[in-house]
Amino acid sequence: MLMAANLAANPAFHGQRDLTVGAAIALPEATPAPAQGENAQTVSFEVNGQRRALKLDPRTTLLDALREHLGLTGTKKGCDLGQCGACTVLLDGRRINSCLTLAVMHEGCAITTIEGLGSPEHMHPMQEAFVRHDGFQCGYCTPGQICSAVAVREEISRGIPSHVTADLKAPIAPSKDEIRERMSGNICRCGAYSNIEDAIVETFGGQA
Amino acid sequence: MRPFTYERASTPQAAAAAAAAQANAKFIAGGTNLLDLMKHEIETPAHLIDINPLELDAIEDTQDGGLRIGALVRNTDLAAHPRVRRDYSVLTRALVAGASGQLRNMATTAGNLLQRTRCPYFYDVNMACNKRRPGSGCSALDGLSRQLAVVGVSDACIATHPGDMPVALRALDARVETVNAQGETRSIALADFYRPPADTPDRENALAAGELITAVTLPPPAGGVHIYRKTRDRASYAFALVSVAAIVREDGGGAVAVGGVAPMPWRKPEADAALAQGAGAAAEILFAGARPRRDNSFKLALAARALDAVLREAKGLEAR
Repeated sequence: MLMAANLAANPAFHGQRDLTVGAAIALPEATPAPAQGENAQTVSFEVNGQRRALKLDPRTTLLDALREHLGLTGTKKGCDLGQCGACTVLLDGRRINSCLTLAVMHEGCAITTIEGLGSPEHMHPMQEAFVRHDGFQCGYCTPGQICSAVAVREEISRGIPSHVTADLKAPIAPSKDEIRERMSGNICRCGAYSNIEDAIVETFGGQA
Repeated sequence: MRPFTYERASTPQAAAAAAAAQANAKFIAGGTNLLDLMKHEIETPAHLIDINPLELDAIEDTQDGGLRIGALVRNTDLAAHPRVRRDYSVLTRALVAGASGQLRNMATTAGNLLQRTRCPYFYDVNMACNKRRPGSGCSALDGLSRQLAVVGVSDACIATHPGDMPVALRALDARVETVNAQGETRSIALADFYRPPADTPDRENALAAGELITAVTLPPPAGGVHIYRKTRDRASYAFALVSVAAIVREDGGGAVAVGGVAPMPWRKPEADAALAQGAGAAAEILFAGARPRRDNSFKLALAARALDAVLREAKGLEAR
């Protein structure tokens, strides 16, 4: 039984990405904070339009640099293993899992977090759509969902194909199938998926 | 994660030299697999060489009409490239069948070739695993084997190679270009790149210590209908149970590689030659000598049916 329980708790066993299991194992630890260790590295990048210079233990993920060193706690740590998408941010305009990259790998890059997209007073259109459609329950995955959704719009407009794109040579028509497939890297344990989908559809002017 | 030292590479040869000069050094590119493994302490490098500063991110036409894909080209960019979509669409299809949008934006061409198995016993450091700890045994042999390999296995290891992209590259007769610490370059056929597990499943490929992948090359387009069919437990964001990468010509011949069934993308020239006789004949050749376990014998039937569906689709008999 013990062996079976261990396997059931092993995310790899469940195929690629199973947050419900992955997040249940244990709360992931933040990577060590000491900045002055002998391995410490300097890195400088732009976060939400502001230049930031840090001296970090090279083990520090971009996620931990944002949350623990820059105080930007909007970006969330879910599984810390690239399975749930809660840590999604935009790196030079492209969405990535900030838990699966080291901060020191991004010298000179521009990072946008949920704080950079909008504020309660001046929300990004995607944030407004999520509010209007109640695209969340507990809200923990929401910053990642919104960063991802903003990038999905950009990817569709740039003609980046997905698994459900029928014709690789034609422009991509936004559709519910396209949105569902492209958002599959963002897990919502509350199951707000249908409202998330409605919110994103609305940002396409309902033409999806 | 264990402590490590970190450096940014300046040239491919310097990166290779740095890796060859230090015990337990690793290259890091996208990091989407390596950092996951480092957090689990399955990989414990003492030194990381960040190769992202290298200018290995171009996709260029080769003189013979083929394509040269830089090692650092991200999965998203490779999938979206106009020539790949037009001339090698099985590769686009395989890429977008894998991982998530976030991961494809980081994951690189070379890194994807080197992605390590998702065998649950490799991931669980409390379990015996000859790949993770040589000589410790294999817990998978009599364990839960649903996702594991049925062919090309050994008594020491039944892990699969988890990738989608390499299955398409295998069908496309891709080659892998490398450089070593001395600056010497070589080109390895993907057919010779992955090593059978035998009794050293920890040695997964033909790369020497410190050798750096610089590019993947494709021969001129072969034409034909390109199809990548992936079966999995979820519609998206899951590893393949079985996948088929196929290039099917009008005369019924072509090339077929199968994923999710072996320690490497699985292809047999004899099976390609039998394609015109139908999926059954080709599958029989592909899976001759298969050694399925209790939980994964279904993959033999699933692969034959997936192949049949692919051949029907190629003839226009079945929609995608």
